[in-house]
Amino acid sequence: MRKITYREAVREALREEMIRDARVFLLGEDIAEFGGSYKVTEGLLAEFGPERVRNTPISEAAIVGAALGAALMGMRPVAEIMYIDFIGIAMDQIVNQVAKVKYMFGGKARVPLVLRTQGGGGRSSGAQHAQSLEAWFVHVPGLKVVMPSTPYDAKGLLKSAIRDDNPVMFIEHKLLYATQGEVPDADYTVPLGVADVKRDGRDITVVATSRVVHLAMAAADRLATQGIEVEVVDPRTLVPLDEEAILASVKKTNRLVIAQEATPRCSVASEIAAIVTERAFDDLDAPIARVTALPTPVPFAPALEQHVLPDEEKLIAAVHAALQ
Amino acid sequence: MYRQMARIRMFEERAAELYRAGELPGFLHSSVGQEAVAVGVCAHLTPGDVITSTHRGHGHVIAKGARLDRMMAELYARETGYCRGKGGSMHIADLDLGILGANGIVGGGIPIAVGAALALRLRGERRVAVSFFGDGATNTGAFHEGLNLAAAWEVPCVFVCENNEYAESTSRRVHQRVKDVVTRAVAYDLPGTIADGMDVFSVYAVVGEAIARARQGRGPSFVEAKTYRFSGHHLGDPGTAYRSKEEVEVHRRRDPIKLFREKLVREGLASSAELEAIDGEVAAELEQAVRFARESPLPKPETALEDIYS
Ligand SMILES: Cc1ncc(C[n+]2csc(CCOP(=O)(O)OP(=O)(O)O)c2C)c(N)n1
Ligand SMILES: [Mg+2]
Repeated sequence: MRKITYREAVREALREEMIRDARVFLLGEDIAEFGGSYKVTEGLLAEFGPERVRNTPISEAAIVGAALGAALMGMRPVAEIMYIDFIGIAMDQIVNQVAKVKYMFGGKARVPLVLRTQGGGGRSSGAQHAQSLEAWFVHVPGLKVVMPSTPYDAKGLLKSAIRDDNPVMFIEHKLLYATQGEVPDADYTVPLGVADVKRDGRDITVVATSRVVHLAMAAADRLATQGIEVEVVDPRTLVPLDEEAILASVKKTNRLVIAQEATPRCSVASEIAAIVTERAFDDLDAPIARVTALPTPVPFAPALEQHVLPDEEKLIAAVHAALQ
Repeated sequence: MYRQMARIRMFEERAAELYRAGELPGFLHSSVGQEAVAVGVCAHLTPGDVITSTHRGHGHVIAKGARLDRMMAELYARETGYCRGKGGSMHIADLDLGILGANGIVGGGIPIAVGAALALRLRGERRVAVSFFGDGATNTGAFHEGLNLAAAWEVPCVFVCENNEYAESTSRRVHQRVKDVVTRAVAYDLPGTIADGMDVFSVYAVVGEAIARARQGRGPSFVEAKTYRFSGHHLGDPGTAYRSKEEVEVHRRRDPIKLFREKLVREGLASSAELEAIDGEVAAELEQAVRFARESPLPKPETALEDIYS
């Protein structure tokens, strides 16, 4: 099968859905001539023109609000917030408007809106350009939340998100854009709410999200040489969360490490730990462990950033501890 | 003033070189071409006055009195940097110098300056706050809310818009319809004036009035400085995808440092030899700053957990 990058996979999904459905259009800062800060939308202006690939002012609240208005009128906007860190500015529109209109209107509204953004550290981008804020959205009923880790998942999930009639937060990772993976030529989708077992194993389950899936896979390779078989489960969508897939894996391995790049308090890892504790406590042979960023802002200095963010070593240490 | 302009220009150029050589992590936004604004504004400020700055903030903080060695050390992510290596280029701050921080969030500094100005007024001090921001920032809610609040509360704040005609790749023609940014001041009943941001004398004169007004307790005002950035949005952007070579050339001909030099010499305020001597001193200061940064220790990993709470 052909290999393409994560960046190309996202772009292909946008392009194919724009061809497929004239209601799909893009809006965001510097997405037109410039092709976006991470070059995801490169070439789309030339193909679809400025009506459907719209550069916006630096007005995040208006970007999200306008996308909502257009969605309520039957369009299928895909808005880009350049960095997830800037989303605070749009938070009212997301939390009080986008997430709730359908419910508040007694079910009458439909909100086919995708909000693409990217997060994550590892490039010394500093505390306002490197956060992992997915838990904010997981917390809010009415939003779906997607975090793809591979080009295949990115393309298939984005297509599902665009075709979905609900608002979807689609959170990419800046360090994944250049990574490659197999993606079929033919049209396909990956359904929202279905986890993927990225690696089978019998000894311990590692549930990991976004870029940390790759850290978990690398850690699993190394642990395999020590005779430890790690099962790596990637939920792919955080809302809806495929609880059954996680529970099935835990029932098989009886041990669970949850790994994410976000800080620990009230995080997705905490949520998964709570679910497993509620629903499969008797299957656990060891306490659930979380591997997360330290609870600090993301520091600029590479030495500090490395110290704060999760890595393979920390994952391996957590697996060993859980197997003790 | 000439020395400050030279310090900014040489700092930016040296940082760009070091960045391209792979010595500096993260990303850098160069203010080359916009030096006259930072210097023309900060020449009016006392150490007690405060500024808020932007992602393109090296010029503002240098003009406000920052040391090149500690700035360079921050760019090198060293313990001796202004932010102990935690901030980087986009977050340089020194509260003792009245620098309430560069900012990674466009528009983020504007309401902060309003609050700082309020504090100065509440304390009955004759100090002022200045907020620097770009044309792109004038499309944020923080800008409009900040200006309105400043006007309503009549705080001693001067808003300085560095209009370089672009927000990243987006031309002002696309992101706003007003011919001059200063038009927006009208909506908040703020006095607004345009300065030639390539001419330090023009900036100095226009901002002088605004700052005097704030200092005398006559309220906030707005200055639009028309300027241009000679490089791309950040050092990874060649700046060619969205503007023509000719356009950049036209503005380069009005290089603020060149214009300033010519005027100083023409009017007999300084000789070429004197200006070259200043350049030489600044170059030496900068090399010393680079040496200081390179020789400074990296922050210890465990310091990542410090400074979160007081
Ligand atoms: C709230 C927010 N949105 C978007 C960005 C990304 N961004 C950084 S600088 C910039 C352009 C700013 O333009 P302007 O205010 O004119 O300043 P200039 O870069 O021209 O100095 C953008 C869009 C950001 N940092 N913060
Ligand atoms: Mg600008």
